[in-house]
Parts: sequence; structure tokens; C-alpha cells
Amino acid sequence: MKLIGKVLEKDASGQVTLYPEELEDMWHVYNLISKGDMIKATTIRRLQAETSTGSTSSQRIRLVLTITVETVDFDPQAGLLRINGRVASESPHVKMGSYHTIDLELNRNFTLFKPEWDTISLERVEDACDVTKQADVAAVVCQEGLANVCFLTQHMTIVRQRIEAPIPRKRKGSVANYEKGLQKFYDQIYQAILRHVHFDIVKAIIIASPGFVKDQFYTYMMDQAVKTDNKTIMENKSKFILIHCSSGHKHALNEVMQDPSIQARLADTKAAREVQALDKFYQMLNNDPDRAFYGFSHVLKANERGAIGTLLVTDELFRSADVETRRKYIDLVEQVRAMGGSVYVFSSLHVSGEQLNQLSGVAAILNFPLPDIEDEEEEEERLASET
Amino acid sequence: MVALGLGDINASAKRVAQSKIKEAGSNISTPNGTPVDSRASSPLVKIHPSKRIDVLEEYAKRSGEKPKLNLVVIGHVDAGKSTLMGHFLYALGQVNERTMKKYERDSHKLGKGSFAFAWVLDETGEERERGITMDIAMNSFETEHRKFTLLDAPGHRDFIPNMISGTAQADVAILVVDATTGGFESGFDANGQTKEHALLARSLGVQQMIIAVNKLDVMAWSKARFDEIVAKLGSFLVQAGFRKSNLTYVPVSGLTGNNLIERSKDAELLSWYKGPCLLECVDTFKPAVRLLDKPFRMGVTDFFKGGIGSGGGVSVAGPIDSGSLQIGEQVMVVPGGEMGIIKAMQVNDEPANWGAAGDSVLMTLSGLDIMNLSTGCVLCSPLHPVPVTSSFVAQIIVFDIKVPITSGFPVILHHQSLNEPASITKLLSTIDKSTGEVLKRNPRHISKGTTATVKVQLANRAVPLEMFKDNKQLGRIMLRKGGETVAAGVVIEVSCQYLYEKQTSNFSSA
Repeated sequence: MKLIGKVLEKDASGQVTLYPEELEDMWHVYNLISKGDMIKATTIRRLQAETSTGSTSSQRIRLVLTITVETVDFDPQAGLLRINGRVASESPHVKMGSYHTIDLELNRNFTLFKPEWDTISLERVEDACDVTKQADVAAVVCQEGLANVCFLTQHMTIVRQRIEAPIPRKRKGSVANYEKGLQKFYDQIYQAILRHVHFDIVKAIIIASPGFVKDQFYTYMMDQAVKTDNKTIMENKSKFILIHCSSGHKHALNEVMQDPSIQARLADTKAAREVQALDKFYQMLNNDPDRAFYGFSHVLKANERGAIGTLLVTDELFRSADVETRRKYIDLVEQVRAMGGSVYVFSSLHVSGEQLNQLSGVAAILNFPLPDIEDEEEEEERLASET
Repeated sequence: MVALGLGDINASAKRVAQSKIKEAGSNISTPNGTPVDSRASSPLVKIHPSKRIDVLEEYAKRSGEKPKLNLVVIGHVDAGKSTLMGHFLYALGQVNERTMKKYERDSHKLGKGSFAFAWVLDETGEERERGITMDIAMNSFETEHRKFTLLDAPGHRDFIPNMISGTAQADVAILVVDATTGGFESGFDANGQTKEHALLARSLGVQQMIIAVNKLDVMAWSKARFDEIVAKLGSFLVQAGFRKSNLTYVPVSGLTGNNLIERSKDAELLSWYKGPCLLECVDTFKPAVRLLDKPFRMGVTDFFKGGIGSGGGVSVAGPIDSGSLQIGEQVMVVPGGEMGIIKAMQVNDEPANWGAAGDSVLMTLSGLDIMNLSTGCVLCSPLHPVPVTSSFVAQIIVFDIKVPITSGFPVILHHQSLNEPASITKLLSTIDKSTGEVLKRNPRHISKGTTATVKVQLANRAVPLEMFKDNKQLGRIMLRKGGETVAAGVVIEVSCQYLYEKQTSNFSSA
């Protein structure tokens, strides 16, 4: 994403003009926009013109509109960002106050007006425009009969294709069915890779599996490439990395990220860092449970004592339509930073982000143990049930 | 009777509807696959009455002969399971002399001469080249008083899902341990599979186990070593829940064939060991209790196109968990609710007309599209379908894990041959193992060794599951993550996904 212009007033309101270049930028915009903001962008409007004879004719014209945001929808698979709201700008063709939906387009400027730019939003704008942090990786996690072909960017993990092919098992005296089924399965994965992986963008292509599926598949793929004389695969041979993981399901990607052999390649990717932070949290929960808490009420209590060393939150919390909720999480983040703690904002589209979301979305690793937080809560519950 | 007025029809309809819903309170719902009308009122209706077999009678006849048992062989990788059982089968005469010579020649060519016996069970090219078992191998043999279906399991930790699928079918087990210096230790420590396999077998309902202390000849049949292993393993197994009386320890050598089907003649061993050989131990397994009276259930472990004996149709293989069936009977596949008719059947590779709980069958079904089958599906009686659900409550015991279980913990659910991603959405309570009373409600996290009730939600699709009290085989589940078993348990509540059948307007007149 390119930053075209930024104007901020003293009261933290202001506008930012951005130029989105790729799918990931759409994800950033999705996290930036909240209800009540105003967005100015080019869009297409269908106008119904009634002629004097009474017949209607509709025309589609492209114009620049400013709307006050009411709802935002993002579809990562289709790459569509839809913003719905009331028109707030004067325009000869459109009545003020009428509803309009903008489909934000790539490679076109848009301007976002916010009544208040908080630290999280400003950080996100910076993050989005930072060119250096690009590492796009394709990964195939598979096991016998199941494969997930995924695409990992800084902030998103998208499953491009899921392949399920039941493979007959070996039977006494007959293994032909098994071997045939396996070959068909490898072929399907091979086709999926050819179709979905953009070899010029990705830095690495990871093939992960338990057992020997990855090795067998790699051999199959190379043989096929030679047979069909596929130059792209052969040129990109060095980008393939084979890693061991425990299953072919999507969350095996977590293990793939933690493998030391790709740490080097994905060293500064957000996804890898997030996985490590979450892992540290779990370690703490295991070793010293009074230093690890999750759930907003517990974390808030810990913060009041100034105990938080590392705060883990997901960006889902900041996308809440309710200003109150957003406010309280932003305050929490700012307070932790002020006291010298570190904050990790997890992307909900990564596997670790999904896991954190399921865990309530907010977790904290404390600097010193606070065993009384849990006791306090039990007390409160007891009192509540007694009254 | 005078023709009923409209009001009466409505009333009778209401009664019928209510009675259906009352039945539904039994927590069993009918999946809505094949429409109601085409379902037979009895699965046997398509068979001519004169040809119907009284399976219970036939079973009683057969039981007069030797009882059948399903035996699984488990243990750490390279403990010698495949070699032990391969040699065992050869000694019993199950393997042709010429075939054995061929295995010896070919394995020697590959540089894997010592694996010749394992080749009886490891049949795929990959397994032979690498010298490991990757998937369950099925075979059968007979002893003086018993008939066995043998399941040779892989020992490597990546293949545990396959080992689970085989052990789910088993009644009894042989745990093979390597007696050589360091061999037993590497299997027995935290990273080895000896403990995990034993725990999984226990969780899957196996109660009787023979521990084959293999490769003891390499240790010169040392009594000290044998006793050391028995002591260490014994205390672990008893803690895991096995009864001491159900465990037998026998020293063997799979490679040389010592103490397998006849008592060893080796002087060194005979100087201190006066016990039975492997064959005698296997012969004294207590017969299993079969759930013949329960509705028919069969977990599908394998399926492929093409019938038995190059006919058409779809072939389906698996163990019959409960109930019985015969040729011509109608069965239902869940999830989906599609129906098929059994055209041909094989029990232990021999053609048969009927099969009962405990048998491992391969059958050809007609009227069924292979697209309706998926890994982990279950065949059942159309009158008593298995519930299909995407969320359930289970009572689990947590294994030895490094990270405690929190809410939202992602796991892979293993149920017979199925594995699906799921997450533990809610921690309901922790329970005292022996008394069953609730220790703490809504715990924040549960750590190793605790018994707890949790709510599990499946991530992608609904699976067929039955409560443990309804069906012991289908009610067991295993939760794994990152190549380790996190917990094992039983299903205590199933939240049904499918809506009850809509009432059609074909009421029979009162």
C-alpha cells in the first residue's frame, strides 16, 4: 500500500489517503475502517433516469463519493472489500443521505476520514505501507488422502484449495489399489500447485507432512515436471522446502512455522513471530499458571496491578462496531505500552490468531505472579450467586 | 367405521407426530438422506423369507467351535513386531515355503535380509524399501482353542492414526518390547511409543495383553534384564488401568523363532524360564463379550470401487462393532443416510452368508454411489441410525502433555478410522477419577492426569458418534495435537445436528 497523504489535526481527527496495491492491503483497510468513519473513493453507481415519457433507463456511471461507514465486509477468498453507508457528499447524480455500497478497488486512491486516530490505527497505516516486510510463502500440508494448499502473507493465511481423496488401504495380497490411489492423490496436489501458486511472488514453497508423503510427493512432482517439461517448476526447484509436521489439517501450519529450518527464511514475518508469542504464553501457563491469564476481566485486573509484561490481542477486537469495546481494548494496549510492556496484535486470518480468538482474544504474560486474581473472581462469583 | 372427519385426521396426525417426537427424545435422529418412502420397513424385507438366515442361530452354532478374537500387535518402532508375527505365521504354516524363500531372496537383494519375515505383513513397495510398517496389515491364524484375526500395527509415531484405527477393532493385544540395551529404554521414555501405544490400547477398550520381550537372545536370555523390564513395564501398565491378572510376560526371539510356537529348547533360557511359549499364551486369551443384541454398526475402515470377485458395485471393509448382518440385507451409510444392499460378503477372506459382532468383513454393496462414502463413515441399521453431530460432550482423561488444555484448544479428533480437526470449546468440570464427583466447575485449564468433562466442537464437518452407554465401540474418542495424544475419553452427550423427519401426509387410516 502506498501512503499518498496524511493530515492530522490536534484533536487526533484527520484523514489519510492511501493507494492499495494488493489483497493484503484490503485486509489492512478492513481493520482500519470502523463504523462512523467517512470514506471517499471512486465507485460505480447505477442511476435510474426517468424520461418525460415515463420509461426508465438505467445507466452506470463512475463517480467519486464520500460515504459515512455503517457496515464493512471482507471476503479474503474473493478479495472483495464492501463498505456500506449513507452518502455524505454533494453530487449531481446522487441524493445526500441515500445508501450506497462501495466495492473498494485496487490501484485506486481513496481517502479515509476518522474522528479519532488512535495508536492502533496509525500503526496499521504504517505497517501497511512498509515495503520491507514482505514474505509471501506457499505451503502444502498433507497426509495420506488430505491436502491443504495455502498461501501465507504477513497477515493472512488463505486456503487456496483443499484436496480430499480417499485412498484404499493395503489389503493382504493386493496393494495395487493403494498405490494407484496414492498416485492419483499426488497428481491432484501437483495440479493444484500449478494452478494456485504464483511462482514469481512466493519466496518459498513448503511441503509438509507426517511420514513420507512429502518425500514421495516431491519425487513425483519432479518426475512429472521433467516428463511434461515444465520450466517453472524446474527453475523454482530451490524454493521448495520439505518439513515434517504432524497432520494434514490446517492448524499443522503452526508447527511448520516453528520449525528451525524455515525460521531463517521467514525470520521477520509476522506469522512466525505470532506463533512464537502464543507458544511462550502456553509455556508460561504450564510452568507458572499464576503468571499467565486470558479473558478480558482477568487481564484487566492484571493490568491494574501493572503486572503485564506481554499482551496478546487479536485484531478482531478492534474491528468491533461498538465504540465502547474498541475504546477499552485500545486503552489496555496503550497502558501496557506506557508501562514498558510489549504488545502483539495477532491477525485473525492466521492460524495462531484463530487459536487466540477461541481463547477469548486477549491473553497476557505477567512479570510477576498474581495468584489472587483467580481467588478474587471466585469470591465475586460466590457473592453474585448468594445475592 | 364411519369415515373420519377432517378434525379427526388432524388429531390422529398430531398423535403420530407427537409419538415420533417422543421417540426423538431418545437422542437418536434420522439423517435425511434417502427419502422415507424408499426405506424398507425392515432391512431384511428384500430377502425372500425362505432364504433368510437366523444369524443368532448360526452364531450359536459357530460359537460351539472356537471363539474368534481380534488381536493387535503394538509397540515402539523396530521392537520387532512385524518380524515376530511374520515368523509366527510362517511357523504355523500360514505362509507358503516358496513364498518365504522368495521373500528371503528379494529382501536380501534390497540389502534388508533381516526383514524377510516382516515382508509377510509389510507388503507395499515403500514399506519394504524403508523397512518399516506404515499401515495396519491384516492376516489370520488358528490355534488349538481360538481363531484369530491379526492386525499388525505401525510403531512409528507419524503413523499412530493408522494404529488407532486398527486397535479400535481389537479385543486383545500383544505389546512387543525390544530387550536389547537401550532398545527398551528408547521405547519406554517420553519420546517412545511403548507407553503411548499401551495407553491408547487401554483407552480403546483392550483389557488383556501379552508383553512379548523380544530380542532377549541378543542379551543371552538374561533373567536380570527380563525381570527389569517386567518390573518397569508392569508398574506402568497397572497404573494405566490394566489388571495385573490380565497381563502375561513372555520372552521370545522373533528372528530366530525361539519360544514362538513351541517351548524353547535353549538351555540358557530354560535354566530360569519355565513358562509357556507365545502360542500357548495367545491360546489362553479369554473370549470377548460380543454386542450381538445391539443394533447393527460397522465402522468403515476401507472402501473402493469394484466388487468381490470382479463384480460391480462398491466394496466396503471393516469390523462389525455390534449386531449382525446377512447377504441381501439393507444397510444405511452415515453421514448421508444413503442405502445399499449387500450383494456379497467375505469374512476373513472366505466367502460367507452372514457376519456378526467381532467379525472383520469385506462386503460388496449395490445401489450405493462411492461418492457417498468417506473416511470414517459408519454403516448401520436403517431402523436405528447412528446420530451425526458436530458438537458433543465427552469425559476425558488427559495424558502426559507439556501444555495444559485451555478453552479453544485445537485438537484432532480421532474416532476409529476418522480424523477431523476440532476444538475443545468449553471446559465443563474436573472430576475425581474414582468416585466420579465434580471437583471444580468451569476450570481455567486442565493439566496432565486429570479427568474432566469438556465440550468439543468439530471444525469442518459433522461426524457419526454414539454415546458410550449406547455403544461401547462407537463411543470412544481420542484427541491428539502436534503428533502427541492429548487425551482419550468417551462420549457422554451428543447434540444432534439433523432435524427430525418432517411428517408426510400419508397417514394410515385409523
